[in-house]
Amino acid sequence: MMYGAETTSSDSHETADQETWELRLYVAGQTAKSVAAKENLQRICDEHLPGRYQIEIIDLLEHPQLARGDQIVAIPTLVRKLPSPMRKIIGDLSNTEKTLVGLQLRATGSADR
Amino acid sequence: MTILRFVGRRSDSDARTIKNRIDNDASLETLMMHSLGNTLDARNIDGADHTNRALPKSPTGIPGLDEITGGGLPTGRPTLVCGTAGCGKTLLAVEFLVRGATQFDEPGVLLAFEETPEDLIKNVRSLGFDLDQLVAENRIVIDHVHVERSEIEEAGEYDLEGLFLRLNFAIESVGAKRVVIDTLETLFSGFTNEAILRAELRRLFAWLKERGVTAIITGERGEGQLTRQGLEEYVSDCVILLDHRVHDQISTRRIRIVKYRGAAHGANEYPFLINEDGISVLPITSLRLNHDASDERISSGVDRLDTMLGGEGYYRGSSVLISGTAGTGKSTLAAHLANATCRRGERCAYFAFEESPQQIIRNMRSIGLDLAQWVDRGLLHFHAARPTLYGLEMHLAVMHKIIDQLEPAVAIVDPITNFSTNATRAESHAMLMRLVDYLKTRGITALFTSLTAGGEALERTQAEVSSIVDTWILLRDIESGGERNRGLYVLKSRGMAHSNQIREFVLNENGIQLLDVYVGPEGVLTGSMRIAQEARERAQALEREQELSRRKQKSEQRRQAIEAQIAALKAQLLAEENEFELFLEDSQSRTSQLAALREQMAQSRKADAAEHPTKHSLHGEM
Repeated sequence: MMYGAETTSSDSHETADQETWELRLYVAGQTAKSVAAKENLQRICDEHLPGRYQIEIIDLLEHPQLARGDQIVAIPTLVRKLPSPMRKIIGDLSNTEKTLVGLQLRATGSADR
Repeated sequence: MTILRFVGRRSDSDARTIKNRIDNDASLETLMMHSLGNTLDARNIDGADHTNRALPKSPTGIPGLDEITGGGLPTGRPTLVCGTAGCGKTLLAVEFLVRGATQFDEPGVLLAFEETPEDLIKNVRSLGFDLDQLVAENRIVIDHVHVERSEIEEAGEYDLEGLFLRLNFAIESVGAKRVVIDTLETLFSGFTNEAILRAELRRLFAWLKERGVTAIITGERGEGQLTRQGLEEYVSDCVILLDHRVHDQISTRRIRIVKYRGAAHGANEYPFLINEDGISVLPITSLRLNHDASDERISSGVDRLDTMLGGEGYYRGSSVLISGTAGTGKSTLAAHLANATCRRGERCAYFAFEESPQQIIRNMRSIGLDLAQWVDRGLLHFHAARPTLYGLEMHLAVMHKIIDQLEPAVAIVDPITNFSTNATRAESHAMLMRLVDYLKTRGITALFTSLTAGGEALERTQAEVSSIVDTWILLRDIESGGERNRGLYVLKSRGMAHSNQIREFVLNENGIQLLDVYVGPEGVLTGSMRIAQEARERAQALEREQELSRRKQKSEQRRQAIEAQIAALKAQLLAEENEFELFLEDSQSRTSQLAALREQMAQSRKADAAEHPTKHSLHGEM
């Protein structure tokens, strides 16, 4: 149930279960949204991906050149680098349900494309 | 006036060096000429030069656009450029950046939402912009912002700080003074939270202003408003609307300054042109009649026509109309002017709307005009296009562009009539008036040909340009004796004593010849009728001559006859006199004989002695 994503990718998810998730969070300084996003991400990962995740936090105030590579427009943006395909979740991740859907950690009730 | 010739003769040197040279030459005339070229268009828009007042402006470098905006876009402020798809928004924005980087030393940032840098570079290369090179030289940065809706999930509060940071980074990396955002509205399809988006857009425009960059933001035209997402509400300084209109299957691009806070601007719609040199906008409605009038004359290329035009030809800078029915030799007259112009070493622009340049050159060769040599030497420039190729405004735009580049002494439009096929009469009239004005302000002699349709009054041109031209030459068919011949006369020519005669116009391998027509009791005769009439006159003259000699002979004969009669009578008189003499002698001799005889008888009778002479008288009584 927990990994019951779309049928087509269920096979890859079996193997992906064992992989380490690479997540990248783009923030801009210590704004309220940035701080909230970091906390929310930490909480969700601990809950759903215990021991199988890596979080890289990029502060675009310090490294603005990095925004281009991942096509960052909105802040904060969470990028799922691995497992592929790449997914993006924007916002402070306060909506846990939507975050899980975005990360494809939960089957979606509503169409997300 | 001398300057005009001077400019015209420097056929291959760069226009800029000529201008510099003129600057150094301090004569009043040259200064006038120089300022004429530079400020006239700006002044023509609303009659005032406002380039130095009000808001600071950043020139776009796009020909014409700086004139209608009175100097460029507002410096340090965002300008909204909106229009329908394919109207040239992106191109205008990119040209603004490229010209900024190359001409004004203002580096730029292009934030592209719709096209990838590769595509953009490819697209503008055809317009002569080497974006690649400018990027390599760090004078322009292209940042492609791609927002893929399908891979984004929105989970909570966010803002577009990422975009700001990227833009800021790009601006700082090259020290950009100019920014283009193309097309911002793409964001509306990337994010669902419109409230956040609108707040961020408002912040973006404020931020751009704060940064002091001169920016162009493009927006798609929407229903009932300027842009689909109402971007115009965020931009208060300058809004430019581009339009792409199709009328009678002919499209014309137009530009209009909808709003320009704090500056006077041309409010009209101006046509603009996209070609291999980018965009050019043409502020062509001139409201004033203040062009210089030259006293200099230039040859029409036909000696006898010059004679008809007060002996010296057309005025330089005047406009000439040659009208006539089909096949009367309008193009030929135009080609003669082109030939004469090039022979003086001046440049000539020939706008052909009916024939291809090759065809014109071939046809003129058949009457002994070698136009190809002038084309080779770069003095004669042909521009051939079908009138239906694009709209009137576009034609005008193309002509302006060519004239600006070539700086010709003479411009020929052959024919103007075709324009009315794809426009209303009023439109083509307005267009030609603008063209005439434009050429006059530049001191360029203009020659237009106009086809008069059969059945219409000859003294009428389709486009009704006759009132705006200075010299009007009418070519007409004179039909008589089963043939058509060409006649030429000068209908009007302002400011000169022109001939009122009709001349017969003959085309042969030596070009145009103007012959005196036969004007006699039987009317105007041309062609073989003229030749026949001349022969008839010669015969009559001969006849008269013969008659004269005949009469002379006759009178001589009569004289001789009378003289003979006189001689005969004289002879008769003489004979009669002789006869009388003889008779007189005879009678005298007879008398003396009688006397002698009587004496003899008397002696024989011895009646009277010879000693008695008194008796002699008695004998007489007997």
